[in-house]
Amino acid sequence: MNRIDARFKDLGARGRAAFIPFFTAGDPAPETTVELLRRVQDAGADVVELGFPYSDPIADGPTIQDSYHRALRRGLRVGEVFDMVRQARDRCELPIVAMASYSLVFRMGMEDFMDRCLAAGLDGATVPDLPVDEAEPFFTMAKERDFRLVCFATPATSEHRRELVIEHAHGFIYYIAVRGTTGERTELPPDLVDNLAALKRRTEVPVTVGFGISRPDQAAAVAGHADGVIVGSAIVKRMAAAANAREDPVETALGFIRTMAAATRETN
Amino acid sequence: MSTRLPDARGYFGKYGGRFVPETLMPALEQLTEAYEEAREDEGFREELSYYLREYVGRPNPLYLAARLSERLGGARIYLKREDLNHTGAHKINNALGQALLALRMGKERVIAETGAGQHGLATATAAAMFGLECDVYMGTEDIRRQRPNVLKMKLLGARVVPVRAGARTLKDACNEALRDWMASFETTHYLFGSVGGPHPFPVMVRDFQSVIGREARRQVIEKEGRLPDLLVACVGGGSNSIGLFHAFLEDESVRMVGVEAGGRGMTPGQHAAPLVAGCPGVLHGTHSYVLQDEDGQTSDVHSVSAGLDYPGVGPEHSYLKETGRAEYAAVTDEEAIEAFQVLTRAEGILPALESAHAIAYLLREENRPAPDEVVIVNLSGRGDKDAAEVVDILGLEAGEGGRHEQD
Repeated sequence: MNRIDARFKDLGARGRAAFIPFFTAGDPAPETTVELLRRVQDAGADVVELGFPYSDPIADGPTIQDSYHRALRRGLRVGEVFDMVRQARDRCELPIVAMASYSLVFRMGMEDFMDRCLAAGLDGATVPDLPVDEAEPFFTMAKERDFRLVCFATPATSEHRRELVIEHAHGFIYYIAVRGTTGERTELPPDLVDNLAALKRRTEVPVTVGFGISRPDQAAAVAGHADGVIVGSAIVKRMAAAANAREDPVETALGFIRTMAAATRETN
Repeated sequence: MSTRLPDARGYFGKYGGRFVPETLMPALEQLTEAYEEAREDEGFREELSYYLREYVGRPNPLYLAARLSERLGGARIYLKREDLNHTGAHKINNALGQALLALRMGKERVIAETGAGQHGLATATAAAMFGLECDVYMGTEDIRRQRPNVLKMKLLGARVVPVRAGARTLKDACNEALRDWMASFETTHYLFGSVGGPHPFPVMVRDFQSVIGREARRQVIEKEGRLPDLLVACVGGGSNSIGLFHAFLEDESVRMVGVEAGGRGMTPGQHAAPLVAGCPGVLHGTHSYVLQDEDGQTSDVHSVSAGLDYPGVGPEHSYLKETGRAEYAAVTDEEAIEAFQVLTRAEGILPALESAHAIAYLLREENRPAPDEVVIVNLSGRGDKDAAEVVDILGLEAGEGGRHEQD
């Protein structure tokens, strides 16, 4: 069984939401990423989302864009991201999901991209600039390989697109909580709970929430209504600050992940 | 053939589409619907023609450049004078169309990306006239080299938002404008300046710019009694060239050449010529030719002309290239600067550095048209904005460096 499906099945049986940290591959260094992948399960992560640095990430706010640019300035190649996962797999059993721009995926070819992901030990991918209608030709390709191509939905997603998402979704649905790009927000939208409930009534596929979650109270609030909580910019920002202050970015990230994962678990 | 494209999903053959975050899809769906309604609406079309006529000054002349023609060996070279439009470039044709559409959709604010500043200026102008709030994203490198346009935008009441990411040019300004739009589309229209980006921008901007070719086709038939043999236009994102080409697509005898920025030569990173030297890829929401490395990371680009300094191109150009209906070439910075001087001296017209690329193509010995040929060059914009930069590059101090010192 695909690791993503197995994990959500297990969490569902225990009635708790997944905590899903995101970090950027190769920032500040490939060794950092490998170490984080190996240790993040002990800190309370259930699934990991690993960002493939891309030069022009339009879905992302300044925090993640800067981390991508830092990794690329150091000469990071896409192939090395696969190597990091392959290396970490000796001590990492968590599901790992790639987050990669379609610009990178198209260049490699979707089929090769999925095959290389699987060979390295990645279980699925979120391709934020590949909306569900453009992704339609690829869902069969993913299912044949037991690979999960994640669908996105937002509060403003129209009904006919929502139907497409429900038809094709597997692995999990990535529900974008807020308008705009990734990045921290002070407040989560008031209609989030209703929107999540409405979506969850229509699908068996786990619904996770990302974009804008940066504090333990926010993670706890979302965890009560969703199958997973994704936190990215808040981790990336802390790692960058640690690296700047010549502190250990891995320990910093793990410390924050522990806090957020615990908050995710506190609910219900 | 191609005049009926794109299809309902925004594809020109295999190029085009919508490769944007789900967050933006509602905005694109709303825009597509609003545009499809507007273009069937007689009232909308009449209002746009009114402003194009009374405010922009259309139709602009198709001018027989006699001295340039002579210099090039006798072919009759016509210049489509988009430089004479209000605000000094073709960009106003599209800015007015989209501003009217923004009003129709009830938006209070427009945002735009700009490189040379001509699109930003056109957007700021339309926003001033129609009472829309306006933010223009512009790379700090372009703010430096296109200062006159920055000042004008500010005077018009627009906020010029400096973009410091990446190479600090047009591509980076596009990223920032897209991000703004993701958070603001309920009140804001993204007034996109070229024929790239996700559907419906490539078709909508083409339609608004195709007034260039419709006029030119009528004018050349009036003056010459026949169709031209060749059309030449510069290609950055590709809006002025599509604007000129579109009305002639079904005229099989008419050759079309799009001229990209060859920069300092065809070494990767030194030019901005995706159709000549790039490959199909995905950038800024569309599948088209793009300059990127083997991984798909966008390449650095260079052009002396800020308006052409962009690693992508509109998807319809990729289709025209693939079908062979249009040809694409690249000329260097040096050739463009030379062409800028040639046109200025021969005709008393300062072309934008962008448009100078189209002239430069004809100055090449091997591209010289036969004496009995009729050629239309799109003079997409005026060169006032580039005067300081060109003086600087040529090492002329303002106040000296006149004709005698040059010769």
